[in-house]
Amino acid sequence: MKLFDIAHSRTGDKGDISNISVIAYDEKDYARLAAHVTAERVKEHFKGIVHGDVVRYELPSIGALNFVMYEALGGGVTRSLALDPHGKCLGSALLALEIPDSDV
Amino acid sequence: MKTIRIGAGAGYSGDRIEPALELAQKGKIDYLVFECLAERTIAIAQKAKLADPSKGYDALLAERMETVLKVCAEKGIKIITNMGAANPQAGAEKTREIAAAQGLSLKIASVSGDDVLETLKSGDIKITETGQPAASMSNVLVSGNAYLGAAPIVEALEQGADVVITGRVADPALFLAPQIKEFGWAFDDWAHLAKGTAVGHLLECGGQVTGGYFAEPGRKDVPGLGRLGFPIAEVSEDGSFVITKVESAGGHVTTDTCKEQILYEVHDPKSYLTPDVTADFSQITFTQEGPDRVRVEGVTGRERPATLKVSVGYVDGYIGEGQISYAGPGALARAKLALEIVQERLGIIGLKSSELRYDLIGVNAIHRDVLAPQPEPTEVRARVTGRCESMKEAVRIGNEVETLYTNGPAGGGGATKSARQVVAMLSALVPRAAVTPRIQIIEVQS
Repeated sequence: MKLFDIAHSRTGDKGDISNISVIAYDEKDYARLAAHVTAERVKEHFKGIVHGDVVRYELPSIGALNFVMYEALGGGVTRSLALDPHGKCLGSALLALEIPDSDV
Repeated sequence: MKTIRIGAGAGYSGDRIEPALELAQKGKIDYLVFECLAERTIAIAQKAKLADPSKGYDALLAERMETVLKVCAEKGIKIITNMGAANPQAGAEKTREIAAAQGLSLKIASVSGDDVLETLKSGDIKITETGQPAASMSNVLVSGNAYLGAAPIVEALEQGADVVITGRVADPALFLAPQIKEFGWAFDDWAHLAKGTAVGHLLECGGQVTGGYFAEPGRKDVPGLGRLGFPIAEVSEDGSFVITKVESAGGHVTTDTCKEQILYEVHDPKSYLTPDVTADFSQITFTQEGPDRVRVEGVTGRERPATLKVSVGYVDGYIGEGQISYAGPGALARAKLALEIVQERLGIIGLKSSELRYDLIGVNAIHRDVLAPQPEPTEVRARVTGRCESMKEAVRIGNEVETLYTNGPAGGGGATKSARQVVAMLSALVPRAAVTPRIQIIEVQS
């Protein structure tokens, strides 16, 4: 299944840094997110788009993760040549990540 | 226990206007806050002020004030906004004119002093991203604005201001200030300042916490997005609060809308830095207390940062762009050929550019080939954009796309072209002592 099936997300931007929240619809699924949506997988997913580090922050109290991605926005919103200069669409693209159907 | 209600009248400069009037009329609010100043907006406003000293405030200030001033005055609702942008005094003067024309008696305060451009040009402040001295960029610097905290707004309110118009102030501080004023919290009461900052962070993007920018059909359905209501925070003296909205308005407030908003543009949730406090959202919880009523708990805080952040605007070249569409069988192949032709042409004419980008909209324009499979689309739009040192060079990019009309692949249509100057943003940190907020109050008597 896709991350899309158990989580939602929103993307924000500050300069050349993008942050994506990944929030479990059901807080019981948080452990699955924490196990399968690692900073390494997110960096791999955005290979060629995110050029810097990806740092993951954990918020078990609301069943969410927050990914901070450096050098992700072509120099930032006013400089970027991208059609989506804020990188607002990145969060939805992250929800395409495949995760195991049941917990293992 | 004393409770106040704060409404968010805008989530960004160009936001819808009627939801603020709805809040003022039906929201039983004590304060109406308009957050209208993005990072880059102030640099653009600064350029407008340089061209005309009576300008430089938000383009929609007059329309927003004309819409809400009278009903706010009648109901005793105080207005706080950063629509002053690069010129809070001129924004206050414009608001005075509108109040006078509407026959209102009001005290209007402007908060300025955030402009540190001269300090950047002459001092030894370093750019955070590059480490180079800001002074070495003085020929391209357009603006430098420090993020002020809540204190000068609190002072303006204590002097009896009905309307407070600021320039660059940290967004949550616009919402924190009325809480400090009403509840008498100390400026080192980190626990309360952090809770009040969470109120501000949840409200600062307007409709984003009432279900705007949230809907996912079939999964996260939101009622009434066309008449989305903007949020209200009901805050108690002990810092506990509920996020809600006008009952009859569209949208909804749920634990999920709140979760998305609390992490919006946050990096380390343990350290959300503002000029007023270091807030910790890492243990936050949301509880649905009733329809469109979410209680927020678990926010803590600690000492504020020693320095103030500055948004630095500078002229960073020019961007040129051209687009053209292809449709029907073979559209993708023709669009790819179009891009190849433009690439060849830009070489032939010797375009001077530091960065070029070729996109197939509908195929790979958002996330390159990495995340995009390539089925045959029924229509595709080719886009070429690049960065140049002069406007003259930037213009040539769109021209080369446009000439595909008679020189390119079959059936190209709807060519557009544009070129613009880029005002880019960097950041810096300045000592608090480098910034002196100034409050000016003007009165209107009907």
